[in-house]
Amino acid sequence: MSKTRVGRWSGRHLLLAAVLLLPNLVLLVVFTYRPLLDSIRLSFFRWNLGSPTSSFVGWDNYVEWFTSSDSRTVLVNTVIFTGAAVLGSMALGLGLALLLDQKIRGRGVVRSLVFAPFVLSGAAVGVAFQFIFTPNFGLVPDLLRSLGLSPPNFYQSSAWALFMVTVTYIWKNLGYTFVIYLAALQARRTDLDEAAEIDAASPWTRLRKVIWPQLRPATFFLLITVLLNSFQVFDVIHTMTRGGPYGNGTTTMVYQIYQETFVNLRAGYGATVATIMFFALLVVTLVQVWLMERGRRE
Amino acid sequence: MSATTAPHEHRGVLSQVSGYLAMLVVVLVIALPLYWIVAASLKERPDIYTVPVTWFPDPVTLENYDGVRHGVPFLDFLRNSVLITTVLTVVQVVLGVLSAFALSFLRFPGRTVVLLFIIAALMVPSQITWISNYALVAQLGWRNTFAGIIIPLAGVAFGTFLLRNHFVSLPTEIIEAAEMDHAGALTLLWRVVLPMSWPTVIAFTLITIVNEWNQYLWPLLMADDSSTAPLPVGLTQLQDAEGFTNWGPVMAGTVLTMLPVLVVFLVLQRHMIKGLTAGAVKG
Repeated sequence: MSKTRVGRWSGRHLLLAAVLLLPNLVLLVVFTYRPLLDSIRLSFFRWNLGSPTSSFVGWDNYVEWFTSSDSRTVLVNTVIFTGAAVLGSMALGLGLALLLDQKIRGRGVVRSLVFAPFVLSGAAVGVAFQFIFTPNFGLVPDLLRSLGLSPPNFYQSSAWALFMVTVTYIWKNLGYTFVIYLAALQARRTDLDEAAEIDAASPWTRLRKVIWPQLRPATFFLLITVLLNSFQVFDVIHTMTRGGPYGNGTTTMVYQIYQETFVNLRAGYGATVATIMFFALLVVTLVQVWLMERGRRE
Repeated sequence: MSATTAPHEHRGVLSQVSGYLAMLVVVLVIALPLYWIVAASLKERPDIYTVPVTWFPDPVTLENYDGVRHGVPFLDFLRNSVLITTVLTVVQVVLGVLSAFALSFLRFPGRTVVLLFIIAALMVPSQITWISNYALVAQLGWRNTFAGIIIPLAGVAFGTFLLRNHFVSLPTEIIEAAEMDHAGALTLLWRVVLPMSWPTVIAFTLITIVNEWNQYLWPLLMADDSSTAPLPVGLTQLQDAEGFTNWGPVMAGTVLTMLPVLVVFLVLQRHMIKGLTAGAVKG
């Protein structure tokens, strides 16, 4: 782009650019940035949703969150759910992509099938799997019984309920990691594979030394996107357990925001949890981006 | 895709076999739950509650699909879903194309700042916006209106980012040639840029359709009844109404909620996957 072009275009197109960009910018300011700042402000208030009055309470909401045993459960749930979702869907997606990265009849059909759950409504998937995990006449308990195992009650035990929502989410999300890894595998330099084959490297060595390094950009991309997405899951949890059993058995931070704000109407406290979550995600993402940039330079 | 797989062809029989084996397991794990809900939706009520389970609906009945309409006004939810998804998709694609065009081809002071401002919105999780947006929309009296559901979701950060990445990758010679012809900026967009960008625009359109069809929490907060609530919210109401005592209609409703987006996906998946993998592979 030449310098002259800059001069020629800048005057003529300022007005046009403003007209084209303004609607989108106004929407982002009013419905993304304004509520972001407003929520941070609200996190310092005691305010019941819909109430005309609110009172400034300083850091009280934060102190409450960081000291309550309820939030410890919520934090543990969030870490387990997010960690299992990230590791589970990435490991399974990679394994599947490696196995299907060869000329196999029917590969296209399998690829469509694995990816299909990703486009389904999370709420509908939640309702479907609630049915599938139903004690007694559900599909999963039945399959476990036919294997000679006695099925746990997925509705009544906190640990098993968390297992249930996590498995459901991985089922829904697996197609995404699989498709990204498959695309990365197929874009790699296959001449390196051949060199490794000639060197008679074992499959494991080839995977570790030749393929894995080439998948690095895809892995970092997935780490960031899958982490952000699974951290923010609401629909599957809401439709399957409403955050229960026992009040907070499957409540994650996102679900806690919903529950405190829109069920308990403690909007100030809800805003506090949202603010903590926002800064936690921001730090995690920035660290990942920093690691990615460093990895790229090396 | 097939061109790059050539070297793998003469790999051992073992990896072929393990490939087929994996495919079999995958088909079972992914397809079985889908089969199960379709089968349940076609069963007579007592057949759903048997232990051990009944694998095939016998006799096949459509009464659950009829029952969906009795539990809740399902057709109203369907209408709302179509309306909300259509309007949001059109608005987001238009705003995304216009924003990305301005940020790629127009020169104006502060362009980089505006670009960063839009991309940074991707870092704001929607959860932190719920509370304040809910209060604002309620104050405006927009709850239980389509405006209340649609307008707060209409801003485009991801699409602007995706389309701009594509626009700046277009060969500059063609665009410069168009400028020589004194083509106006919008003519340039319509005659030169868009015809070279349809795959990306279509990919973004498909991703948007899927996202908006599946939109759940915001409509749940905004819509109390079938006058504006979309299908996923309606399904929750059906779940609450029929719950554990009558799974048949709930499963029929689940199938109906999943089906439209599944059909769109099966027909156009190639375009959609292209959009999702863009930028992921090369980093």
